[in-house]
Amino acid sequence: MNRSPYISEAPSVSSIMLKVLLALVPGIIAYVWVFGGGILVTITLATVTALLAEATMLKLRNRPVQPFLTDYSAVITAWLLALAIPPLAPWWLIVVGTLFAIVVAKQLYGGLGYNPFNPAMIGYAVLLISFPALMTKWPAALQLAQTKLGFADQIQFIFSGVLPQDVKLDAVTSATPLDYLKTQLTLKHDVASIREAPIFGALGGKGGEYIAMAYLLGGLYLWQQKIISWHLPTAFLGALALISGVFWVINPAHFASPLFHLFSGASMLCAFFIITDPVSGPTTPKGKLYFAAGVAVIAYLIRAYGGYPDGVAFAVIFMNICVPLLDMHTQPRVFGHEK
Amino acid sequence: MNALVNFTKIFKFHGGVHPPGHKAESTRLPIGQLPLPEKLVLPLRQHVGNIPKVKVTIGDKVLKGQLLAETEGTVSAAIHAPTSGVVTAIDDATIPHPSGLPDRCITITPDGKDEWAERHPQDWRNTQCNELIASLRLSGIVGLGGATFPTHIKFRVGCKSDVHTLVINAAECEPYITCDDMLMREHADEIVKGIEIAKRLLGAEKVLIGIEDNKPEAITSLQAATTDTSIQVVVVPTLYPSGDARRLVHLVLGTEIPYDKRSTEVGVQVFNVATMRALYRYFELGEPSLSRIVTMTGNVQQPQNFEVLFGTPLPHLVKAAGGAKQGTTHYIMGGPMMGFDLPDENVPITKAANCIIAVSPNLFAPPPPAMPCIRCARCADVCPVNLQPQELYWFAKSDNFEKASDYQLFDCIECGACSYVCPSNIPLVQYYRYAKSEIIALDKAREAADLARERNEFRLARIEREKQERAQKHAERAQGAKQEGEKTPAPGAKQNVPSSPATSGAEDAKKAAIAAAIERAKAVKLAAQQAGEAPKNTEPASAEIKQEIAEIDARRKNVGLERPVAGSAAADADKQAKIAAAIERAKAAKAAAEAAKNANDNLITKE
Repeated sequence: MNRSPYISEAPSVSSIMLKVLLALVPGIIAYVWVFGGGILVTITLATVTALLAEATMLKLRNRPVQPFLTDYSAVITAWLLALAIPPLAPWWLIVVGTLFAIVVAKQLYGGLGYNPFNPAMIGYAVLLISFPALMTKWPAALQLAQTKLGFADQIQFIFSGVLPQDVKLDAVTSATPLDYLKTQLTLKHDVASIREAPIFGALGGKGGEYIAMAYLLGGLYLWQQKIISWHLPTAFLGALALISGVFWVINPAHFASPLFHLFSGASMLCAFFIITDPVSGPTTPKGKLYFAAGVAVIAYLIRAYGGYPDGVAFAVIFMNICVPLLDMHTQPRVFGHEK
Repeated sequence: MNALVNFTKIFKFHGGVHPPGHKAESTRLPIGQLPLPEKLVLPLRQHVGNIPKVKVTIGDKVLKGQLLAETEGTVSAAIHAPTSGVVTAIDDATIPHPSGLPDRCITITPDGKDEWAERHPQDWRNTQCNELIASLRLSGIVGLGGATFPTHIKFRVGCKSDVHTLVINAAECEPYITCDDMLMREHADEIVKGIEIAKRLLGAEKVLIGIEDNKPEAITSLQAATTDTSIQVVVVPTLYPSGDARRLVHLVLGTEIPYDKRSTEVGVQVFNVATMRALYRYFELGEPSLSRIVTMTGNVQQPQNFEVLFGTPLPHLVKAAGGAKQGTTHYIMGGPMMGFDLPDENVPITKAANCIIAVSPNLFAPPPPAMPCIRCARCADVCPVNLQPQELYWFAKSDNFEKASDYQLFDCIECGACSYVCPSNIPLVQYYRYAKSEIIALDKAREAADLARERNEFRLARIEREKQERAQKHAERAQGAKQEGEKTPAPGAKQNVPSSPATSGAEDAKKAAIAAAIERAKAVKLAAQQAGEAPKNTEPASAEIKQEIAEIDARRKNVGLERPVAGSAAADADKQAKIAAAIERAKAAKAAAEAAKNANDNLITKE
């Protein structure tokens, strides 16, 4: 029988996914520092929901449960979604989003390896369209909030929606920098004056920019570990910087700087953790470049002209559709063949 | 010269992997010699191409180096007696092949004298090139790197060929295998002499020896042996699969051999080092290909390389390496990246056997269950051909063979690098082997169908043509008769109509032939009847089959079906009754249908 090779030196799917989770940890720590411990509750809720949903679906589909639960791909989806939605959203929001991501976007398409769309982004898009008010209600960074909610208060708010007696909702929420920028621009303010608002930091939003830097750190770890190739993050960040740079140069009063775009919203999370999902992304090196650049351009256009403050989720879903086309037309030259 | 060696430019190829070498185990001891085994089993199929024609019969006494089987057709290789002795069997035996199927072998029982037949060394420097090349057909030499392509074919292009560069493959990139390494350490001079011969036979100007940098001793000895020659030793970085011919040519020359061309078409010919040594021994010493160096490693007491006579049973070799250690489950021929499980531990060593690995579960753990492909494209990153293994996997898995071919499945060299790095443990290479064999089978079927269609079209065309010719003849004849009739009436016309004596004679012969054929057919039929009504499969049924028949009968009985017994009147009557009933039913149905149709017609007409 010819069943060579007999040896292998591959990390298991589990170990790859665990490294991705590990790479998210700095971002989560920064998140807790900026927005408080509530995110830990959201992450836990998402993880439990994802694993239960995954196990139930695997059972229903007559697939072995244990090997697929321990590949940890569902946990990544859960964490990404938890990090993408507002941290003090009611508990059922993350549960609904995670259920949709795992049950519909992943398992109904055939489970690990077969989902054409990024499950976390599908979950996010469904929540954004269904519950726009909840999805845009972000807490203010703790450093800025007039009233700081403690961990216990946050937990109570997530599960019951009840704030401590002396606290008003407006006191703990705030517009996100991208949201604020968008609304203020429609009021004919220019970028320079808008950015004088206290919610802005040196690069992006105050606090948010630290989370973005932590994601960048985790992403570099993934690149160093050869879990992700340089193509996707470089093309995404490069294209985002380029397109925002062009608009900014043309009209700096109306368009924010490239640095602001790189460190605002979901840019860094997208560059290193979202578009790097191998299942729903392209496989060829060139395809990766086009894919990531496409996501960046669409996300920017949504930010600049669309109806939502950030456009990463829709951009990723749209580019997911293009993946078969990209793969087909970016086949590298095979050894010994003319191009 | 040697100082320059390390400055030679290396042209890297895409991908590649770094599996642990495990070469130290088998390089601690020098190449060992084996005592003569009790028998030598020589498969006729030890090379790529036609199986050679056997020239000896059972009981023949043969001398060492004597021709046992000669080349048949162009691509074929001769086989010689590895020692003196007696031919004791020419029959089917298990051979070291992935299929595990037995094949024709010549068995020699050595007489222990190891007595040589007459050897014919050749003065290769002063002999006509064509003569030397022609004599290579008798050498039995095949590519000893593992591909076993008959070497004389590679020289067929002749002395005035366009081959300007020889690339000598000394990369030995597969883990565990060290036969070339040890050969170079101990016999670099013979290799270099062989290379000089090959260079003359092909009229090449340049020779490059490509060797991986994990063999410093071999590099040193090659460099020493090539000091006064124009041969260049090119040290390439250790990277699997740099020993693949196309990869090596690219490494040392920067030439990418087009996928649809042979290396000779770009002026390059590639040989393995061991083949070069065999060339030297054939021309300088008059020794045909009788043995090779084999690495015996893995789960054995003392891994080592041995000079092994072809046909030596594997247990003999295992014993020489101190015997298999506990836990040995089976043996692999070749390396861990491209080798295969030997079907049996008693197979003989052949010209292809560069390495035998004794396997235990500790050495090569059985792979964990395969997970779905997550499209991580690690396989694509390491593919030395720059294919997209993940795409080929999807196409092979879904039997989408056309797409698989479009994505250059046939350029895959099955090196196993993709499976080696797959996090989902998918046996990718198996999928490719499957798809390739299916595509080849489909192509063959299509070719056969095309041929059949062409034949049929030709036949139809012929029938049509004959018809037209006949019609034309008739017309001409009628015309002729008419004209004749107009000129001279009855007699002339009558002469034309009946067949001439010649044609009637031919017709008689034809009739006689037909009659004879009918007689023969009758005789055959009669003989068959006399032999009894026995059906074609007259082999007595085995106990198992009988049991199965009994079981089937029992089941039939259970469901109320009797086993139909030939000539059983009851069954026949029953059958006929059923047929009659069926005919009645059919008639009734037809009548009903007719009635319905009539009624319908009536309706229509009424409307």
